[in-house]
Amino acid sequence: MIAVIDYGAGNTKSVTNVLDELKVEYIVTSREIDINKSKKIIFPGVGEASFAIRKLHLNNLFTLLRITKKPLLGICLGMQLLADETEEGNTTCLGIIPTICKKFENESLKIPQMGWNKVKVIKENPLFEDIGNDSYFYFANSYYMPMNEFTTASSNYGIDFTASIQKDNFFGVQFHPEKSGEAGIKLLKNFIEKC
Amino acid sequence: MIAKRIIPCLDVKDGKVVKGTNFINLKDAGDAVQLAFRYYKELADELVFLDITATEEKRKTLIQLVEEVAKVIRIPFTVGGGISTLNDIETLLKAGADKVSLNSAIVKNPKLISEASKQFGNQAIVAAIDVKKVDNKKKVFIKGGKEETELEALNWCKTVEELGAGEILLTSMDHDGTRNGYDLEFLKVVQQNVTIPVIASGGAGNLNHFLEAFKIAKVDACLAAGIFHFDEIKIIDLKKYLKQNEIEVRL
Repeated sequence: MIAVIDYGAGNTKSVTNVLDELKVEYIVTSREIDINKSKKIIFPGVGEASFAIRKLHLNNLFTLLRITKKPLLGICLGMQLLADETEEGNTTCLGIIPTICKKFENESLKIPQMGWNKVKVIKENPLFEDIGNDSYFYFANSYYMPMNEFTTASSNYGIDFTASIQKDNFFGVQFHPEKSGEAGIKLLKNFIEKC
Repeated sequence: MIAKRIIPCLDVKDGKVVKGTNFINLKDAGDAVQLAFRYYKELADELVFLDITATEEKRKTLIQLVEEVAKVIRIPFTVGGGISTLNDIETLLKAGADKVSLNSAIVKNPKLISEASKQFGNQAIVAAIDVKKVDNKKKVFIKGGKEETELEALNWCKTVEELGAGEILLTSMDHDGTRNGYDLEFLKVVQQNVTIPVIASGGAGNLNHFLEAFKIAKVDACLAAGIFHFDEIKIIDLKKYLKQNEIEVRL
């Protein structure tokens, strides 16, 4: 059973549509008890960071997510919330990845970054098994996680930034695998079967 | 770097796709879900659905359509047409849409942009702007192009950006359906004056029109309808052509 966390800050439908296609059992939930019973956690997120963190606190999920030993996949904002902090709303996040997420700043670039960008795998990891290097994935973000020791794949938008991370049982992707065609479906399948 | 996007647009009426010339003369182009799936497989980067007869009674049909589409495609899609409240937006996003496009409602109530982008993130909010030349000025039209407003188009583009829109979908009513190419001149001006992505719409008739929009007007995405629905241009052929001409596309 996969717990897809619904804390009012994500479009969980797109993720569960893929899980349906992969015939995986899941529960969409914001309850501690469901998460405790599940094997893995998918932590999606769109929208604004401080709002999302507040929702995690309200649902009593903040500490649970910090200390979980289950494989967890943060998607988009869900990955950024694994950092120590983000400049978005000057928000203190879960503190798993020791870095601070920043806003893209480059006068010649459109913000948000919106569309398909190439992802370069820089550290071998199960999420990208059988996915071609430099595959395109769909991004929609104004903030990014800088490159750091836990970066497993990178992408470039004016600067190199973290496209995917892994630290122990914590995985994260900046792009939306549920919206990234075949490569994205494969990545979610890898998380379910190999992480 | 980020690839330029090709976006087929499906004008939807009662679950069927239609495409008009200069906003009238609708021709049937087939079932919306089926067509959406085909475009997804043919490497469209995104889809846009515009409900052209959006009324209260029809709203349920649209939500059903969004749910059906979300089940079969794995690329982002935008839904527009008759959306006027935060509640409408929430319902469509929850049904599986990634973005909503707002048009008449934000002209009447510009605050809707800021409220919606605060609540759902600006990546989910597309400002759709229909532009037509009147007395040598580019004016904004609403209600599916039927009603002229006081707004001057370039100013309105800057305003929607300030209010928090995540993208601008700019349709030239003068070019729409003519197949004579996009309104390069105006797209270029808008492109230079905003920092959010701009989607060109209205006038695509051949491969070169897309290339011009990317090379000359430097837009971020090109939207087209008729030429894709009737198979005159295959998306994959278009993308190969763009790549040969040094435009980065997802292939």
